[in-house]
Amino acid sequence: MTVTVLAELLQQNETALLDRWIAVQRAAGIDPNRLDDRSITDNARDLLHALVRAISEGGDDIEHPQWRPVKQLLERLSHVHSQQGFPPTETATFVLSLKEPLFRLIQKSDGNTIELLWACTRLFDQLGLFTMQAYMASREQVIREQQESMLELSTPVVQLWKGVLAVPLIGSLDSNRTQVVMEALLQKIVDTESDIAIIDITGVPTVDTMVAQHLLKTITAAKLMGAKCIISGIRPQIAATIVHLGVELGDVVTKASLADAFQLALRELNVRLVANRLGA
Amino acid sequence: MTTTETLPLKQETDIVTIRQRVRKAAEDARLGLVSQTKIVTAASEIARNGLIYGGGGQCLIERTQREGRAAVRLVIIDHGPGIANLEQAMTDGYTSGNGLGLGLSGARRLVDAFEIASQPGQGTSVEMWKWK
Amino acid sequence: MTAKIPILKMGDYLLISIQVDMHDQLALDLQEDLTEQIVRHSAKGVLIDISALEIVDSFIGRTLSHIASVARILDAKVIVVGMQPAVAITLVELGLSLDGIATALNVEKGMAWLQRNVNEGLRVEAERDDDRDAAAETGD
Repeated sequence: MTVTVLAELLQQNETALLDRWIAVQRAAGIDPNRLDDRSITDNARDLLHALVRAISEGGDDIEHPQWRPVKQLLERLSHVHSQQGFPPTETATFVLSLKEPLFRLIQKSDGNTIELLWACTRLFDQLGLFTMQAYMASREQVIREQQESMLELSTPVVQLWKGVLAVPLIGSLDSNRTQVVMEALLQKIVDTESDIAIIDITGVPTVDTMVAQHLLKTITAAKLMGAKCIISGIRPQIAATIVHLGVELGDVVTKASLADAFQLALRELNVRLVANRLGA
Repeated sequence: MTTTETLPLKQETDIVTIRQRVRKAAEDARLGLVSQTKIVTAASEIARNGLIYGGGGQCLIERTQREGRAAVRLVIIDHGPGIANLEQAMTDGYTSGNGLGLGLSGARRLVDAFEIASQPGQGTSVEMWKWK
Repeated sequence: MTAKIPILKMGDYLLISIQVDMHDQLALDLQEDLTEQIVRHSAKGVLIDISALEIVDSFIGRTLSHIASVARILDAKVIVVGMQPAVAITLVELGLSLDGIATALNVEKGMAWLQRNVNEGLRVEAERDDDRDAAAETGD
């Protein structure tokens, strides 16, 4: 029964609540540059309306289908906030700051105020948690997308010659990145019909077992597709690590430098470079 | 957001159907091409095992979520003699038939989560997950 | 299950392009058909295009290995062409490396490989004949 009273309270005191709520949000330190009065008011009014409907039809169980509009509103808001780089506290403040004006209202009303306060607290805490969760999920999605696009950016597969590809790997390799690079390499082999791919690891400071295994798997996969891989630029420390880790490189072709590997590739393709006498 | 379907595993052509439905589920879950191929191949291996050694059963394909990521979950059940020594059966190269012995151990490497349960005389159930 | 994978004869070679999602019996039928046709046409080379295959599991992988071994005994060279990257990655993870099977990126490169490798053998024989027949000529 208490929740119906809550819905009535919200509905009857809409204007007063809104004013007070917006003031509290401002007082809580929401940056006016990030959020103007207009959008604060709009957001607050939308949520208030949705809340009244949800409470009167769905009770205080936010899992109830009638609560969906409220949740969608909060999700959308959290999503926008996280995309625009709002701190999580400001996002949560939006919902939680309605507590104070509402509590004052309840205090002034008659009836079982304690019961009402309790119901109200429980409800808004849930909504606050829900908002945070939506905010985090949205943030995680942003991070994941950024990671993916960074991975793609950091994987230039270049063609050195007709039939010869190279991937100059730079920076530390984790197994995720290695996997992305290797998939890109194999696809490029098909697209460019290249017989030879050079994986240059001059710019890679260390290699762990997982990464070494990924490199090996790629070389085997390339072989299954009908292409050959050459690894170049293995630093002394990495060579020692590979031996120490007991990774079997088998019949993988390795060359000291990218230049050496390129030379080998050309030889395999029966290409001979001849110096131009006139130019010499 | 969860869709589920159960397919029979009674004859060889059912393996092809299972492969196609798993591919569809993996596409709908927007898994990458390599992940799709891996889960389809794993399904093929386990379904064949279930048919040849388990005398058939069924395959449940579920498109769902796991820790907020889109995922495909497969449960392949047979009602055959079961596997007495699971640890041995999961070893590379171990085979009770004339295969290469890569079915179980190979399939496990292709998926993100792999669970096998078997009781001698009660059949075998394999659950596999692949997520985004 | 009347459908079969067609085997095309082209000169000394047999060409197969697998365009369907193979069930196990179909793979076994192919193996049997191919063996018979290698013998019937005294084929010197076999090219198997798997670019349309979306997966290769251990059964199909084993069938390919088996075909290659049988062909070798029958003195025909086998080359598998067009394996998709995702398929290759999966196959490696599965633990299958198809040792002893020659591969090429596409049909064109596969044919060139067959021509190089099959003709190599034939040329050696031809040169030997030349040596015997025309002693006056310098063999080149």
